[in-house]
Amino acid sequence: MVLKVFFPQCCNRAASGLLVGRWISSDGHDSAVVLAVIHYPFIPSQVKQYIQQMEARSKVELCVLGSWSLPKDGQEGMESFLRDLSTMFPQKPWLQISRQMGKTGFTCQLLNRDPTAQQKATKEDVKKDDEEENEEEKVIFVHYEQRKVMLSQLHPIRNGVTEPPTEPPSELRQVFHTVAHSQPLFFLDKYDDGPLKSTHWQTQGREGSIIVELLKQASVPVCAFLSWLLSVWTWTCSMRIFRLYPLRFLSSKLSTCAQLSSRTKHLRTLTSPKAAVNHTQFMRKAHMFVSFLVDVALGMLLVSWLYRDDHISMLANMLVPAADRVAKELEELLQWLMGAPAGLKMNRVLDQVLGRFFLYHIHLWISYIHLMSPFVEAILWYGGLSACLGLTFALSLLSDMVALLTFHIYCFYVYGARIYCLKIYGLSSLWRLFRGKKWNVLRQRVDSCSYDVDQLFIGTLLFTILLFLLPTTALYYLVFTLLRVVIMLFQGVIHLSVDFLNSFPLFAMGLRVCRPYRLAEGVRFRVLSDEPGTALHLLMEINPLKSSTVIQTYRTPTYSCYPKDSWAALVKKLFVGELIYPWTHNSTKADATKAD
Amino acid sequence: MEDQDYTDISGRTISLECQNHSGFCREFTVSSPKVSIGKVMVYTCSVWLAAYTVFFFTQNTAVLSCAILVTLVGMMLHIHFVKVDHESVLIIGSVGIQVSSSYASGRETSTFIEMSRVKDIAINEAVYMHQIIYYLCILLKDPSTPDGVSRVVPLFQSSKPRLNCLVKVYKSCQEILSTC
Repeated sequence: MVLKVFFPQCCNRAASGLLVGRWISSDGHDSAVVLAVIHYPFIPSQVKQYIQQMEARSKVELCVLGSWSLPKDGQEGMESFLRDLSTMFPQKPWLQISRQMGKTGFTCQLLNRDPTAQQKATKEDVKKDDEEENEEEKVIFVHYEQRKVMLSQLHPIRNGVTEPPTEPPSELRQVFHTVAHSQPLFFLDKYDDGPLKSTHWQTQGREGSIIVELLKQASVPVCAFLSWLLSVWTWTCSMRIFRLYPLRFLSSKLSTCAQLSSRTKHLRTLTSPKAAVNHTQFMRKAHMFVSFLVDVALGMLLVSWLYRDDHISMLANMLVPAADRVAKELEELLQWLMGAPAGLKMNRVLDQVLGRFFLYHIHLWISYIHLMSPFVEAILWYGGLSACLGLTFALSLLSDMVALLTFHIYCFYVYGARIYCLKIYGLSSLWRLFRGKKWNVLRQRVDSCSYDVDQLFIGTLLFTILLFLLPTTALYYLVFTLLRVVIMLFQGVIHLSVDFLNSFPLFAMGLRVCRPYRLAEGVRFRVLSDEPGTALHLLMEINPLKSSTVIQTYRTPTYSCYPKDSWAALVKKLFVGELIYPWTHNSTKADATKAD
Repeated sequence: MEDQDYTDISGRTISLECQNHSGFCREFTVSSPKVSIGKVMVYTCSVWLAAYTVFFFTQNTAVLSCAILVTLVGMMLHIHFVKVDHESVLIIGSVGIQVSSSYASGRETSTFIEMSRVKDIAINEAVYMHQIIYYLCILLKDPSTPDGVSRVVPLFQSSKPRLNCLVKVYKSCQEILSTC
């Protein structure tokens, strides 16, 4: 059986004293995690009282593990004193670790209190005879850096609340948990005038910064004020007047409103007075804060570029001629379709009907644009101000404006798709009639059916008509679907970038780059070379999380959902003529699920 | 510490180093052959020759600077991400097994598997096209079934030593695993 002693590096040169820590038992053998050393002189009853206080505050089962001796000059004769100490703290196994100045190796003796075992196992030399090896306790010293292990979080995270652990936590996880939760033990530093003196990573005194303390004090009233503001804003938004049908429908379609409500929710979580309970909540809050700040900073950059050198009026002057050009190109396209496009012969009458209908539509839209042209600059000016709230707002506003300006293309697409869809369904049904079959709605399959002669006659007639009109409608549908797809791609790129800005875990990546020990994937052991004949010494370093795992674990869920149709389903929908909406917002459903 | 010459499955010379830190702690390092200067020169010359040919036809100096950039960046990426210098397995009785690989640029990646998750170390056979390759692997326990294996972690994947080398490492590891 091997005994593992986790020894903090800060205590390597501590003066002699008592070891305080915790015993971890897993898989039958025990390990000891040393957290601090309490120095002589002390009164044992005070030590016991101190340990009980610390146990109550930190909820970790602390106890006195054993004694530590590093004899300085003139301190000989400690051996008997150390052995007598073990009688004052009964109950658990007692470790006696000692070290000589100038040598790097430790020696360890274990006194086992188990009355049935009644052994006093000693381990000083590794190279023993084979017969004796089976009866001895081998000791491994694992040195760890206390501050880093205390601040680190081992992944994958086990909250215990979201999913109950299926197996008992591993030894390493228990070690990390012990050190992280023993913070009250590290508050006693060497400048305290109490009865006990201890050594741990914070013995040199706790560090603080005035700026951090001032920020902490200032954040309380600021948070209270902000949460009041946000509650007023949410109350106005949820007023009855906004629940009327047209406004509600519009606000569910516009991405700016979705972004606004998502940001409001984030800010409400940030300014709530409850502190973060566990690591996941803390990271989420920190991420919301950092992403909000970065968003606003980028937005301010955009604003400073936009309002300088008259860029706004330049954009406004470009907009109306651009819209005119688009309308002219569309008209030319329709004229081309109404003639003999690509050498295909269209049905003249249907061609003229569809073409004239769409031309009139374009004429309406152009007059609307010309009506709006004096107001464009003002709209752009006030719209640009929205970038102060964040770059994501400016991008969503841009996406919404593009959607509004190309509304006519969307209308054309819907008309073309509907006509085409009707035609395809009619054709498929009449084709079945042509072959003497019928669609059975009850059984959801195709059955044979005997038709009357007049049914067959009319059906065949209609089938022929629809079939010969198919190329015309198919061509119009194809052209307008392509235009719609181009616009959707552009909107999709904007949505993806907004989503990226919202969900990228900047805080976690910053932590990974600047403080890699905070996010730990595992540990790394290194064998410390020491003198032969002493126990094995290992150095435990923290293995940081890989960047790809950081992004995967800490991505915040956003309100937009990725295209829910696969490519095959999309192509099928296009072929049949169903309307495609690949980027929809499921804002109401997403809010209900992310209730953290 | 012993250093011996073995070959990998393609016939290149590799070396195995066994370090005995203590009775129950051993480290095995397999070093792959280094980057050969001849290969580097062949690749660089061919890329630059192609670049000069294109430059001869287009008379655009951007092609040459592009070729230089591509060569440099390619070499840096190769030694940082692709070329493995040595792989090592550190087995510490009743603590765990650490598998690490170090690249030619000095970057080291390592994984540590705790002993409670390790079921056994075994030599497995893999059939790859016309070859049968032996590899050493760690079998991990499955928490749900007591005798099941949840995952297989192969060792020495870049150096791919042959069976004689693997047997030596296997015997040494089993000594430690059986006692702890």
